[in-house]
Amino acid sequence: MRWAVVRFPGSLDDDDAIYTVRDVLGQNASIVWHKNESLGDAECVVLPGGFSYGDYLRCGAIARFSPIMRSIAKFAADGGLVLGICNGFQILCEAHLLPGALTRNRSLSFVCETVTVRVENCHTPFTGSMRQGDLLRLPIKHGEGCYVAPEQELRQMEERGQVLLRYVDSDGHQSDRVSPNGSMSAIAGVANERFNVFGLMPHPEHAVEMMLGGNDGLKIFRSIAASVAG
Amino acid sequence: MTPVSLPGEPVVDAALARAHGLTVDEHAAIERWLGRTPSFTELGVFSVMWSEHCSYKSSRKYLKMLPMNGPRVVGGPGENAGALDIGDGWVAVFKIESHNHPSFVEPYQGAATGVGGILRDIFTMGARPIASMNSLKFGALEHPRSRYLLSGVVAGIGGYGNCVGVPTVAGEVMFDPAYSSNILVNAFCLGLARREQLQSARARGVGNPVLYVGSATGRDGIHGASLLASAEFGEASASKRPTVQVGDPFTEKLLMEACLEAMQTGAIVAIQDMGAAGLASSSSEMASRGNVGIELALDQIPLREDLTPYEILLSESQERMLLVAENGREGELVAIFRKWDLNAVVIGRILREERWRTLWKGELVADIPARALTDAAPIYDRPANPPKADRGARRKTLPEFRPAPKAALRALLASPNVCSRRWIFRQYDSIVRSNTVVGPGGDAAVLRIKGTHRGLALKVDSNPRACALHPYLGTVSTVCEVVRNVACAGARPAGITNCLNYGNPERPEIMWQFVKGIEGLRDAALAFDIPVISGNVSFYNETEGRAIPPTPTIAAVGILEDVARHQRHYFTQPGDLILMIRTSAPSMVASEYEALFGSGSDEQWTIDLNRERRLVDGLVDGVERGLIRSAHDVAEGGAAVALAEACFNPRRALGAEVAKLESDAERFGEGPSTVIISAASHDLDEVRKVFEPLEVIILGRVTEIPRLRIVPGIDEDINDLLQIYEKALPLRLDSK
Repeated sequence: MRWAVVRFPGSLDDDDAIYTVRDVLGQNASIVWHKNESLGDAECVVLPGGFSYGDYLRCGAIARFSPIMRSIAKFAADGGLVLGICNGFQILCEAHLLPGALTRNRSLSFVCETVTVRVENCHTPFTGSMRQGDLLRLPIKHGEGCYVAPEQELRQMEERGQVLLRYVDSDGHQSDRVSPNGSMSAIAGVANERFNVFGLMPHPEHAVEMMLGGNDGLKIFRSIAASVAG
Repeated sequence: MTPVSLPGEPVVDAALARAHGLTVDEHAAIERWLGRTPSFTELGVFSVMWSEHCSYKSSRKYLKMLPMNGPRVVGGPGENAGALDIGDGWVAVFKIESHNHPSFVEPYQGAATGVGGILRDIFTMGARPIASMNSLKFGALEHPRSRYLLSGVVAGIGGYGNCVGVPTVAGEVMFDPAYSSNILVNAFCLGLARREQLQSARARGVGNPVLYVGSATGRDGIHGASLLASAEFGEASASKRPTVQVGDPFTEKLLMEACLEAMQTGAIVAIQDMGAAGLASSSSEMASRGNVGIELALDQIPLREDLTPYEILLSESQERMLLVAENGREGELVAIFRKWDLNAVVIGRILREERWRTLWKGELVADIPARALTDAAPIYDRPANPPKADRGARRKTLPEFRPAPKAALRALLASPNVCSRRWIFRQYDSIVRSNTVVGPGGDAAVLRIKGTHRGLALKVDSNPRACALHPYLGTVSTVCEVVRNVACAGARPAGITNCLNYGNPERPEIMWQFVKGIEGLRDAALAFDIPVISGNVSFYNETEGRAIPPTPTIAAVGILEDVARHQRHYFTQPGDLILMIRTSAPSMVASEYEALFGSGSDEQWTIDLNRERRLVDGLVDGVERGLIRSAHDVAEGGAAVALAEACFNPRRALGAEVAKLESDAERFGEGPSTVIISAASHDLDEVRKVFEPLEVIILGRVTEIPRLRIVPGIDEDINDLLQIYEKALPLRLDSK
């Protein structure tokens, strides 16, 4: 399978995404410079973590105007798979490819730690190799990961199953206390209505090897690969 | 043509030289070098280049004593940082530097630009930064200003480090009233390069173009090196805030990527970052190293605001680099920097004549022999004498109240100098770049080297309480401690770097502390047979005549041949033996227990470096051979705290059943040097052989039940202790 990882100025986890796809999964991955207009023949596009443009205005607010974003919008409209991780999630929200927005953590501090998330919908290209209720241990590292959306939109998203991942405690229980950033409904990751665009704050590309603490993140990459392989 | 002061610039005279921090003799020496009165611009440049911060004029004589060579050392002295060959064609470049003064004046920006500066020192060598560490010292945490400074410094380190994509993997922090008016912020960075990719900071090639790349120059940081970092603090320190630079980590990230990409072309002859004393320092140092001259047209430099030549040369605006290109290939380089939306401008040429010349709109404003600004800057042989009063005497206080062992353990675990640093390190990205095998919260950090089986262990340590009592032994013990920490992970120590923080070197007792520190560093490095590959000296950590305790901060890097065999500091297997190996009896002197409760002890430490070396070699061999299943250095809080920490296995808490720690000194004493390891019973004989002739003391066993039982006196639920340990900092910091 062919992956493209977009490199914005200030992308930081781009090499880690490439490493995961290429070195751990043994698949084909290329870096796409943000000033490019073409995604080539990629079957899944990854918007990596980082601080695109320094996040100086608002996370993802400038990156959405990068030339490559027009191609990504078209790619998504044509049903192509788009995965946004952390800053990539923020960019997808700013670009209105995903609903809602990401705001400062309730604690007002950057937080780097490993959290547990629960799979809420396994009938998507991003979660297809997992089961409903599966728990994943994934690292987070962000200062602006508090997910917000209008109440009514949130209700519709829940009904349609667009919330794919939720922060839970280590036993799998949801409570306001366990959300590391104050997200509404403890939301960690959401998809669009067509389920071909997925954004999440946790970093699956940083949970791909036992030596570095765990490999639950592979389940997301493998789900994508399986769905493309059909 | 003689350099001139520009219209509106002040007349250069003795008073102006004094206001620039130059002594009468230094002013005279400048006139001798030039054979005339300096122009205003020249005076400014001399004043920063001859400042303590840039010239190391008080320390240079002694720094030569340090062992800097070894079979692994790559690259000659005089470059920005040393490099170590770590095998498979890779070299590790690392260095630690202080940003103490700016961080006290403006904690967020001071700490942030400290991180930025050390990063540039590493990638200017051609190495990609892969890990940062820091060593922080604040006043007592009860003091509101300490909390403000801590929050600002931590936010600044995170704000910069997180945004450039270099993980912060380890560190240390200490709170002591001795630092309330002079905090310490020492930042470390390590980078990796292919050996053949190492870059030089030695200008070469007459006629080669000189390029300025990165951020535009502004007025920030002017005289940061001379007035801020090379003088004591007084009441007016807050007014020095404008001399603190402002960081832009986003530009730093672009600059790093662009530089690393540009280095691949082979068109860069020499490169150096603009750190302290900015353009003046980088250009004169590069020229001087290469025995060439340099000519710069200052009006070509991208500016943020209207500046004079004097201000341009002295500005410490961040995220700027100076490079010398191969003649005719500058276009290739400019194209790469443009791709990253960065300035890249040819601003000068390399000259055959060894002069440092700068022009402003065609007019010569400075013309100085390049060496006069660098190698030939004054060197001082300052008087160094021990203080008259023996400071050991003040330690003879008997405690009024000796707490029960259980209460002492709880108090120690809650002490800001012992408790969990999670509140701090969870604000740092410790995993970006996918190399962090062991991150913050343990002894040493462990990184893997992608594409090889190897790994690196790194740690930074200091021991100012011991150094205050005994500047020589304290420094020796600091080196032993940091090297031992690296060895606990199973890594063979390969090199160290130092940041030597002291008071005002013009006082003989401070200079004496410094000299003793250098001697200790030298002797310990020789004993472990490891080179000191880089370093930094920070003097004038002093306010209104009160100096900080001598604080040599040492970072060590060790190599793991097989990173998969590394060990951690916590127990993993119930039933394992808990073993203790030490080089001398524990001591209450300079311990955290003594700081909390007093000790009544005034014994003198001794350190046997042969035994220290045996301990370290035994740890490395024991881990490498799979005999040691966990290894934890006994530090603040002594053996009892180390045992508790070893039970805090993050997957599930374990317990320990231990005897033979029957006195408070055995339970809570520190001093050189003790390690607690765990091993399978059937490996005991082999473990003994590994540490010979050191004694391996059987303390007890790891238990399934999470209780810490130190018989007699301590029987505590590990989860209770963990709560105390984890909540101590949040309780103090979040409730405000």
